[in-house]
Amino acid sequence: MKITPLYEEHKKLKAKIDNFAGWSMPIQYSSIISEHNWTRNACSLFDTCHMGEFIVYGDSKESNLDKVLTANLEDMDVGSSRYCFMLNEAGGIIDDLVVYRLAQEKWMLVVNAGTIEKDERHLKENIYTNLENISADIAKLDLQGPSSRDVLRKFVGEGIDKLRYYHFDHFFILGKKVLISRTGYTGELGYELYIDSEGAQWLWNLILNDKRVRPAGLGARDTLRLEMGYPLYGQDINEETSPIEAGLERFVEFKKAFIGREALLKQREGGIKKRLVCLIANSRRAPRKNYKIYAEEDEIGFVTSGTFSPSLSCGIGMGYIRPDYCKIGSKITIKEGKVEIDATITNRPFYKKGSLRN
Amino acid sequence: MGKMNVPDGLLYTKEHEWIRIDNHLGTIGITDYAQDALGDVTFVELPKVGDSIRQFEAFSSVESVKAVSDVYAPMSGKIIKVNDGLMESPELINQSPYDKGWMVVIEIFDENEKKNLMTASEYRKYLEGIIE
Repeated sequence: MKITPLYEEHKKLKAKIDNFAGWSMPIQYSSIISEHNWTRNACSLFDTCHMGEFIVYGDSKESNLDKVLTANLEDMDVGSSRYCFMLNEAGGIIDDLVVYRLAQEKWMLVVNAGTIEKDERHLKENIYTNLENISADIAKLDLQGPSSRDVLRKFVGEGIDKLRYYHFDHFFILGKKVLISRTGYTGELGYELYIDSEGAQWLWNLILNDKRVRPAGLGARDTLRLEMGYPLYGQDINEETSPIEAGLERFVEFKKAFIGREALLKQREGGIKKRLVCLIANSRRAPRKNYKIYAEEDEIGFVTSGTFSPSLSCGIGMGYIRPDYCKIGSKITIKEGKVEIDATITNRPFYKKGSLRN
Repeated sequence: MGKMNVPDGLLYTKEHEWIRIDNHLGTIGITDYAQDALGDVTFVELPKVGDSIRQFEAFSSVESVKAVSDVYAPMSGKIIKVNDGLMESPELINQSPYDKGWMVVIEIFDENEKKNLMTASEYRKYLEGIIE
């Protein structure tokens, strides 16, 4: 099992540690619900060092990155980032990622932990210029919650106030260089901090010394992202699903050439067989992965992610169903063994009061 | 992992349920170890008053943020009371597993079934074997 540079810190904090995509990661420190609520109301620090980072050098066209990613790279400013996909020819999602324009001809791709190796294979085949996998050299900490800006201001000064959503800049904290990006996976105002791996422990402890900040594990990360209806790679999206099926078309720039474009256009015209929808339960009972979805007696799909929503105090989930059943407001039943959960198809996000754009 | 609370006087199962026997009645719940392993309990499915339950068979399920777990009957009996408070406040199982977090009371069919259960000191030893 792989460990992050913060593994010893998690043990000191008596975290419950479990396997996530081949990594020993903290699931919770105190309790998932208290960490969830602290993130919604104050500010939490997450170890996300397991995630991968690649650097691509060169012009977006010359490197072929423009064809590898679904985002419009041409009109990105240096200092901005974009969520997008890397697709196969069939339009299936190889990975979802955030691309950072570090310089005119330098890009950083931040990818999922479980997909680093296959992403690297795909990138090596398709990128014509210099490519580096810097995943092991870079540590990533996520500081998320409505107080996160106030906390960071103490360390980096008022420059943090200028950082807009999906933008980043380089800052110095006690002389150490940190890339701070205003992005996250919680629906709250928040930042992702990138530092050399050797600096990870130092930065983690420095930030946690601020009493407004508490550590949060992957358990809360999952309930927070689910309340926002954000997909998790490997669960809600994978190589068998396309951005159209997942309802994530807005992260695809059709006005350019990219791998998978023909397949997506066909799906757009000819229709799709399944569509990802958000489900809200009428009770505290949680839909869970692989539970079946029924409309009256017809089996129409299956759940890909689900949990109890601490903010809404009911079960929530996402799943693929037949597109002819995906009308918002439709009543469905989720079944597994003796369990039957009445639920309604709803819009994302489930949680609408996040401080994301504050 | 912190030290788990295992009160004397109760009997325990390998699946981490407890029963407190008092005058042919048994109060049943899950142990401190079980609630800690589950994490935040978010939903409890309880049987109905009048239902019969059989020793070591599932009679209820408890959901946490992470998972769903069956709860097994420590002894056979007829349900005479259920803790309705858990419907609204399932977190009582986390906060007070041996007291406010009780799940059901049964009328015990056969007290001889006690011999299949662990005493507090036996259960403590059993836990030591599980917790590394």
